[in-house]
Amino acid sequence: MAHFLKVALIGNPNTGKTSVFNALTGLNQKVGNYPGITVEKKEGSCRLNRTTKAHILDLPGTYSLNASSMDESVVIELLLNRNNKDFPDVAVVVTDVENLKRNLLLFTQIKDLEIPTLLVVNMSDQMKRKGISIEVEQLQADLGTQVILTSMRHQEGVAALKEALVNYRQLPTTPLLDLETIDADYFSRLQKTFPTESLYKLWLVITQDVNFSSLERKRIQAASDFKVQSDAVLKRLQQKETIKRYQIINQTLKQTYQVNNDAATDLRSRIDRILIHKVWGYVFFFALLFLIFQSIFDWSSVPMDFIDSSFAQLSQWVNAELPPGLFTSLLAEGIIPGLGGIVIFIPQIAFLFLFISLLEESGYMSRVVFLMDRGLRRFGLSGKSVIPLISGTACAIPAVMATRNIENWKERLLTILVTPFTTCSARLPVYLILISLVIPERSILGINAQGLTLMGLYILGFAMALLSSWILKSYFKTTTKSYFVVEMPNYKMPQLKNVGITVLEKTKSFVTEAGKIILAFSVLLWLMASFGPGEPFTKADTIVREANINNPLTEEALEAEIASYRLEHSYIGILGKAIEPVIRPLGYDWKIGIALISSFAAREVFVGSLATIYSVGSEEETPIKNKMAQEKRANGQVVFDLATGISLMLFYAFSMQCMSTLAIVKKETNSWRWPLLQLGLMTVIAYVTAFAAYQILS
Amino acid sequence: MQFLDSLEPGEHATIVDFETEKLPLKLIEMGCLPGNKVCLLHRAPFNCPLYLEIDGCHMAIRREVASLIEIERP
Repeated sequence: MAHFLKVALIGNPNTGKTSVFNALTGLNQKVGNYPGITVEKKEGSCRLNRTTKAHILDLPGTYSLNASSMDESVVIELLLNRNNKDFPDVAVVVTDVENLKRNLLLFTQIKDLEIPTLLVVNMSDQMKRKGISIEVEQLQADLGTQVILTSMRHQEGVAALKEALVNYRQLPTTPLLDLETIDADYFSRLQKTFPTESLYKLWLVITQDVNFSSLERKRIQAASDFKVQSDAVLKRLQQKETIKRYQIINQTLKQTYQVNNDAATDLRSRIDRILIHKVWGYVFFFALLFLIFQSIFDWSSVPMDFIDSSFAQLSQWVNAELPPGLFTSLLAEGIIPGLGGIVIFIPQIAFLFLFISLLEESGYMSRVVFLMDRGLRRFGLSGKSVIPLISGTACAIPAVMATRNIENWKERLLTILVTPFTTCSARLPVYLILISLVIPERSILGINAQGLTLMGLYILGFAMALLSSWILKSYFKTTTKSYFVVEMPNYKMPQLKNVGITVLEKTKSFVTEAGKIILAFSVLLWLMASFGPGEPFTKADTIVREANINNPLTEEALEAEIASYRLEHSYIGILGKAIEPVIRPLGYDWKIGIALISSFAAREVFVGSLATIYSVGSEEETPIKNKMAQEKRANGQVVFDLATGISLMLFYAFSMQCMSTLAIVKKETNSWRWPLLQLGLMTVIAYVTAFAAYQILS
Repeated sequence: MQFLDSLEPGEHATIVDFETEKLPLKLIEMGCLPGNKVCLLHRAPFNCPLYLEIDGCHMAIRREVASLIEIERP
């Protein structure tokens, strides 16, 4: 049996750690969550040589072991707990050759935990261009490790890394920094109290606010001859520690690392001059957003139409080929339209993740943070709110999680509260189908009118997010001073492999997560639409035929009458009818009411629900859009006219129809107060605007 | 005394000291240490945030934080 070596990848953000992970594991990776918390856990496996396989854990990017976010706490919790099943046999610290000095800070900390540690110096292809030279032998000796130069862009160094991993036992585990040089008295007392524990571990337990299972903070605090210092004293010691570490690093690099500044052609400053220019920077950013939204709409329409009609054909085929009965009906009218409602998401979600991942990989996202900080602060937000707000266009759940690197609590809370206003991809199918029904396919000044409407809805989402944050900000008092540190990484050509894997993984997990809910609701809806209480449902056939006895109808029209009568008296019909009085002022009938009820758990269910509702009892399978266009009110007017369409779009733009978002907000804010506030506020805003729009337009 | 927020774009200086209590540890970890060279590369509109290079490391911080860092011009 192959031996499994446990490897942890650790590194600062922007060092290409993910590239190393992708190079090692390829597609043998899975993304999950750490138990109990929502930090993303990426793991994978790879074969090192004929007898050894490795299990690789890609830990969240962190600047140091002094945690300032939950992502960073994960790293410390794991590295301090030898009993954790993921505790690594060997740690690999990934660094970027250009920022080696800063990256080595984390390396010295990991090394001091006395775990065998390898040092990967990544992006070595940049050395020549930047005039950097490294004395590898000397660096290895000084840092007590093995150094591997890699360039993931050119696939260099992967074999050397694998070989070094196999021989990890040869790595020395002596600490680099003697903590007693910081404060001899304090640290010698600490060591004397716990003679068997590693001093740096003890120090982390004292200073870090994370959960420890093997080393307990309480035990340390309870020790009688050891007094816990005040926060200010601890902070000063931490600063001293950092300074000491930099002294060691500087000493080492002085002899082993040379930069010839003349050779460093500065691409960064030339690009920065345009991209963060007072005027052109903003023009570029908004033009880019416009381009992204236009292309999502244009590029994905072809595969989406294809998916839509394929699923319609599949249903038709099932209806025609399988013997009629309950199972065929469930398959053709419940499961297949429901699945279609999920699959149709894929093109847009993939495009959106593609753009977001390109923005992040290239280093441009930090420039956007820089540009937007001052403006967003007026609304009580931070420049770092840009990332949640933009990721919110994919899904509010990762967006709420992305608020974790906002240091200031008030800015973070406001970002969490308003992020669900941004147009997430679950709203997209609702918008797309409504736009194609009610907005004519014309050009305004050479711009597609439908695309323009979609862009308008996105802007509306952002505008409402800002407006509500501006209103809410005065309700929060804060005493903590805001601090804000954001790294401005070098511009990089995004690597195709990384972008591809990100798009693949994110789309996959979104589709499976959302898919489960949508599928379950589709089946539930089918059940509720296929059964009903009492005679009106079971005897629909006779009732309708008798009512039309003097009315010469074609057999086809009669069938449609019966199906509609039956739906009206099914369980779901009764439910839809019950809420009709509330939603009639918004321009909705009971069928839309059914879709609204079912999409309270998740908005994306809307289109699937309508698909299911309109499929039940109908033999021919036309694409859902055509069915909606044919839908008539009692007075013969089409249901989906401009007024109802706009009213529905506004309702979906502002209302909080996502259980998963409420759950994540509860988790992140640790209270029901904020998600309930969100739910209440957003529903009121949605109802009022939809009401106003319908009354004005109709 | 001069502070980091008084630098003009393109100007270089040396960090002398900072307010230990208030300065976030993260900034120190990113290389904001006494003795290190600092250069202001850009200022966002309305003079905030500031885009700095400290000891070869590029970062953006807000004006209030920059005003806690004492510098010396060459």
